Amino acid sequence: MKTFPLGGVHPPENKLTAGIPIRYLPIPPSVAIPVTQHIGSPSEILVKKGDMVKTGQIIAASKGFVSANIHSSVTGVVNKTDSVIDASGFRQTAVFIDTTEDEWLETIDRSSEIITEIKYSPEEIIDKCLESGIVGLGGATFPSHVKLSIPRGKRCDVLIINGVECEPYLTSDHRLMLERSEEILVGITILMKALRVTQAMIGIENNKKDAIARLTGLSGKFPGISIHGLKVKYPQGAEKQLIKALIKREVPSGRLPLDVNTVVHNVGTAFAVYEAVQKNKPLFERVVTITGKSLASPGNYFVRTGTSVRYLIEAAGGVPENTGKIISGGPMMGKAVSNADVPVVKGTSGIVLIPEEESSRSEMTPCIRCAKCVSVCPLNLEPYLLMTLSEKGEFERAVAEGITDCMECGSCSYCCPAHRPLLDYIRLGKSLAAKMARKQMVK
Amino acid sequence: MLALLAAIILYFIAQKFKVYEDPRIDEIQAILPGANCGGCGFAGCRAFAEALVRAESFDGLNCPPGGADVMAEAARLLGKEAPEVDPLVAVLKCNGRPEYRPLTSFYDGVPDCRIAHSLYLGETDCSYGCLGKGDCVRACPFDAMYMNSETGLPEIIDDKCVACGNCVKACPRNLIELRKKARKDRKIYVACSNCDRGGPARRACRVACIACMKCVKVCKFDAITVENYLAYIDSFKCTLCRKCVAECPTGSILEFNFPPRKPAAEVTSQTIKVNPEV
Repeated sequence: MKTFPLGGVHPPENKLTAGIPIRYLPIPPSVAIPVTQHIGSPSEILVKKGDMVKTGQIIAASKGFVSANIHSSVTGVVNKTDSVIDASGFRQTAVFIDTTEDEWLETIDRSSEIITEIKYSPEEIIDKCLESGIVGLGGATFPSHVKLSIPRGKRCDVLIINGVECEPYLTSDHRLMLERSEEILVGITILMKALRVTQAMIGIENNKKDAIARLTGLSGKFPGISIHGLKVKYPQGAEKQLIKALIKREVPSGRLPLDVNTVVHNVGTAFAVYEAVQKNKPLFERVVTITGKSLASPGNYFVRTGTSVRYLIEAAGGVPENTGKIISGGPMMGKAVSNADVPVVKGTSGIVLIPEEESSRSEMTPCIRCAKCVSVCPLNLEPYLLMTLSEKGEFERAVAEGITDCMECGSCSYCCPAHRPLLDYIRLGKSLAAKMARKQMVK
Repeated sequence: MLALLAAIILYFIAQKFKVYEDPRIDEIQAILPGANCGGCGFAGCRAFAEALVRAESFDGLNCPPGGADVMAEAARLLGKEAPEVDPLVAVLKCNGRPEYRPLTSFYDGVPDCRIAHSLYLGETDCSYGCLGKGDCVRACPFDAMYMNSETGLPEIIDDKCVACGNCVKACPRNLIELRKKARKDRKIYVACSNCDRGGPARRACRVACIACMKCVKVCKFDAITVENYLAYIDSFKCTLCRKCVAECPTGSILEFNFPPRKPAAEVTSQTIKVNPEV
């Protein structure tokens, strides 16, 4: 069974919602659509108070190459542009829209017919992705058109599709692969055409046997696409780990997958690309897993961006009394939200409600030098050392020890028997080291 | 025999590689406080002693914990003149007690301000105010700070504070300022660092500065400026007349260690001005 060789952990899967079909969440009475839902520069707002917007209409335009368009997810009237606290925990600008009856832009094809024929050139496909505001839906939200435009001198020979979903609880990609299999395969074919590659590999963890079987059954119609089952191990869904698992290439430190001639896209992104290219539908809704052990009706929903998490939780039966934390994203890499009014954005893959008794931190005790953190680190770092260096403010040495390579998967904190907040300090060290590097660049 | 030979060799090697050190460095180091607090900007007392011996003049060199006495003594030993430096004291530019600044979330992470600051706004809606995890208290080498469990804010003990500046560096939100120490430890300062506009600032905290400019207008000494929706009182220009304190509508300007006001002024006789009826 294929997997990445170094480190990794296997937390309880808790995929409670794997068997529940995706439902459509009713449109909320108002939405707050943040203008930064991607990595890169914030988009420029195009609407003002009182404007009527239709579903799918562009409301903020990308500024610069690494940026993405933002579209209205509802039909309604722009109420205000104000700051909103988003899932990152910080304030950012958002467009508030009061919804009226849902009316989509005429250009969007709302039929359920699957169009397999691709009549666009690679350049047209990239333009469509840019127009539709497609970003990586695995969680990092990197604008997809950037990943599809291969710079001069670089080459890509295989496209890797990430259907791993190694985070516990989350099943949005899983359900999407089951219910929109053909659309995903067409999306992958479109991505292959844009990248001018003939081979694509879908990596899926073996706890999703039904998805593997369904896609394998359909893949006969789509030349060049192969499906690979992977051993269940966290963090297999990380780009570098997935590349290593599937094609045995190692992305050097500080480099991109393109340096080893490959590009990785998520299955959710492939679906969004399909909708954008074949149906003219911009990215304004996504599948979100709403789950938790005590939640009344967990499930997967198609959620319009800008919907508040509170509304989503209400739809799933309301906040259970014993809830300790509401986490945006998976429990391993996700972040507890500071209030339930944060909007769902393009990068929100799931909302997990963790019961009180499972959410509290255990008391930290001194490091016993067991080196468990070293053995589980998929990047071969020494988390105990990086934590100490960050805590003491020795950022230069931390950088020399590879702190910037850390992808914050949290395996070290997960397995530490002394409950040391390894990742918390490493993350701090990373951000301060980056700040220091920027300062030196300015000098 | 071998040992003797080695000893002789070592003696000559030691002579050859001997480093000359100015004996005055030791002398100066002996009179410095020896706290190695770094308040002078050097790596420790030894490094500062070396700098003093090397220096042409004492301009810009100061030992905050030692104060004027130590600097005068060092100047006498080195035959130079110590410039007069105003003693400073640290103040916290935030008064976000729980009763003024309602909690909106609960932080369950590592009790470290730097981490809380990098994660999110904090437990209240004010993204500028004190996080209350005590980085400054841990950074203080003089035991001059403690966390007040009632207010959730750090307190500075004026008598112990030597203005070394370690807490200033430790605070990720830059809430601590070194201000000129006045007679009888009297202090007037804007206890707020919120750079939001009046509305959001006020919603987050009842005693936030809303940049209404009233204090600027009432100040006769041009000591108050408002920048980024936040008032600032220059401690070197302020004459401690207390006019701005009475004028501030949100009570974000605090006064300490003053005698009670005259009843004619119709203000409460509390030494520490608490938020007035608003």
